[in-house]
Amino acid sequence: MIQYLPILILFIIAAGFAITNIGLSAVLGRRKPTAEKLSPYECGIDPVGTARERFSVKFYLIAMIFVIFDIEVVFLYPWAVAFKELKLFGFIEMLIFVGILLVCYLYIWKRGGLEWD
Amino acid sequence: MTNVSIMTFNILSILPILVLAGFGMIVLLIDVLTSRKLGEKNLLAYLSLLGIVVAAVLSRSSIGTATFSFNETFTIDNYSIFFNLIFLLSTGLTILISHNYIKREEINYGEYYALLMFSTIGMMLMASGADLLNIYIGLEVMSISIYILTGFKRSKLISNEASLKYFLLGAFATGFLLYGIALIYGSTGTINLRQIACFIAGRGGGLDPLLILGMGLIIVGLGFKVASVPFHAWVPDVYEGAPTAITAFMSVGPKAAGFAAFLRIFMTSFAYTHHEWQKIIYILAVLTMTTGNVVAIAQTNIKRMLAYSSIAHAGYLLIALVSANNMGVSGTLFYILAYIFMNIGAFAIVIVLSRKGDEFIQINDYAGLGFKHPLLAIAMTLFMLSMAGVPPMAGFVGKFYIFSAAIKSGYVGLAVIGVINSVISVYYYLRITVIMYMKEPAREFSPLTISPLIVAAIVISVVGTLQLGIFPSKVMEIAQRSIFTLK
Amino acid sequence: MITLTHYLVLSAILFTLGVVGVLIRRNAIIIFMCIELMLNAVNLSFVAFAHYLNSMQGQLFVFFTMTVAAAEAAVGLAIIVAVFRNKETVNIDDMNIMKW
Repeated sequence: MIQYLPILILFIIAAGFAITNIGLSAVLGRRKPTAEKLSPYECGIDPVGTARERFSVKFYLIAMIFVIFDIEVVFLYPWAVAFKELKLFGFIEMLIFVGILLVCYLYIWKRGGLEWD
Repeated sequence: MTNVSIMTFNILSILPILVLAGFGMIVLLIDVLTSRKLGEKNLLAYLSLLGIVVAAVLSRSSIGTATFSFNETFTIDNYSIFFNLIFLLSTGLTILISHNYIKREEINYGEYYALLMFSTIGMMLMASGADLLNIYIGLEVMSISIYILTGFKRSKLISNEASLKYFLLGAFATGFLLYGIALIYGSTGTINLRQIACFIAGRGGGLDPLLILGMGLIIVGLGFKVASVPFHAWVPDVYEGAPTAITAFMSVGPKAAGFAAFLRIFMTSFAYTHHEWQKIIYILAVLTMTTGNVVAIAQTNIKRMLAYSSIAHAGYLLIALVSANNMGVSGTLFYILAYIFMNIGAFAIVIVLSRKGDEFIQINDYAGLGFKHPLLAIAMTLFMLSMAGVPPMAGFVGKFYIFSAAIKSGYVGLAVIGVINSVISVYYYLRITVIMYMKEPAREFSPLTISPLIVAAIVISVVGTLQLGIFPSKVMEIAQRSIFTLK
Repeated sequence: MITLTHYLVLSAILFTLGVVGVLIRRNAIIIFMCIELMLNAVNLSFVAFAHYLNSMQGQLFVFFTMTVAAAEAAVGLAIIVAVFRNKETVNIDDMNIMKW
């Protein structure tokens, strides 16, 4: 455990630095709250409407497609690690796997899943 | 760096699954790449049927082999081949009864056939898996496809609701199954079914609490899939809300697959600890049969009635699991085959007689069918008698074998409870027959939802029910040769 | 020192939290998140066992559980969206067309 001591010290110094700065600015700084200062910050422009709106259902569709394709990558990592040992066999296997994903992609594309309007 | 070796790569053993997957993807692609006009998708139905026939022929060609492949994660033996043929048969019959139905309900999308095939792949993986990982993947492939199929009438709220209920409860049950697998892995150090058995036998009976808990959780997970009480809450609602053809499919395919996995896991891996799980399954079997049959009596909707009847049938099959002998295994195989014929046949007739939007699915809507359409009424009577277990129908022979298996293992009490339950079930099955013949017609039956394909399905079901009932010996002999050869 | 038992207890606690969440919450999306919590609690068990037993099978299983859970998430979201489109609510107490 002793080899982790420097990391612990680093954490303490970092946290201490942050706390000290925030504390100092709270003690020394002057506060003059106005309506503009208290409003949510949107790049300096006046806020338009509330932020708690419903998202369009299209976002869900994109999210679903993303989740599926994103997580399939998990199989590429172990394959990449053992790539040299698996040789040509592993390469062909992975081509088939990616080919199946390609069929899915083609399906989504042609079905109109990627169109926004 | 450890040496990676690719051993026992045997593509022949998974060829039926690959073929089915290929056909599924082709159907998907043809559907999206060609013009999407409703009513012109006969090609997709025929293509799917072709895929199923090819897979069945390939599957059949390896009868007699008994090997492990892919580093003992996959097994091909008569048991898995028998189950694969059962799954393919049920999917084939489902496509036959769906073809006209999905046109009528305006859900004629190509994905329908593709999803049916994908879920069949899942079932085949479940029956052939030699380790818990394969069984789990198979179960999920099957379930996820069926969640979608349940909600296939996506503009209908009832179908949405059924799908949501099935999905939430199904995923919940999967969580338990998975936890069970994790605990068994932790306790035995492996997920391979045969090695688990070796480990338990090698330890000589000292029971690990982790292992017992894991076994219990697996019973919960699989018990949900085969619709056994007390994990049956979803069954009536999901069966009622799903498209009728999918209800037919759900009541045979996943149930058969669940039992395939149940039998293989408990009779190979946990054979040594059978005293522990037999007690639990015994209670489940009694509860399942009794609840299913008693509640079925009170139903007025035929889909709900068949849902409770399918719960009761799961109870009979659990008796075979409790017996845990070879006769129980072959009895299960025979019974599931018989159940496919009689149940899909009954649902086919429900489809023929109903209208768009699932109109006319109350039991009273069958009044007077015997006078108006005598052939349909006779077929329905046959299926009902068979499900009630009246000789000389297939259901009788199946029940006879299963109860004999229980007696052979010394569970006379369980067999008696089974017989009493069969007697109770006669009441609600025969009620339909009585209504068909004894009451005046209350509605106009035509136009019927009829096509050559659905007629073929009904004829196949009638022939199957009678054939298995009157000449059971040949199929029974095949079933007896299909018990586990690899342990 | 963190032992296998610690991981198993943590995993059991997370799993139980998930189960309790499924049973007491009424929003379909939150129920579904609780189910995901259950699956990930199991993943923790698998990884802990794999490390303790020095076997790769547990880690392998986690890969597959993750992908299956993703597929399930996509299908589940799609079903919930379909329900919402027709019903304007995802509260499961309102799912009462059929007697539950």
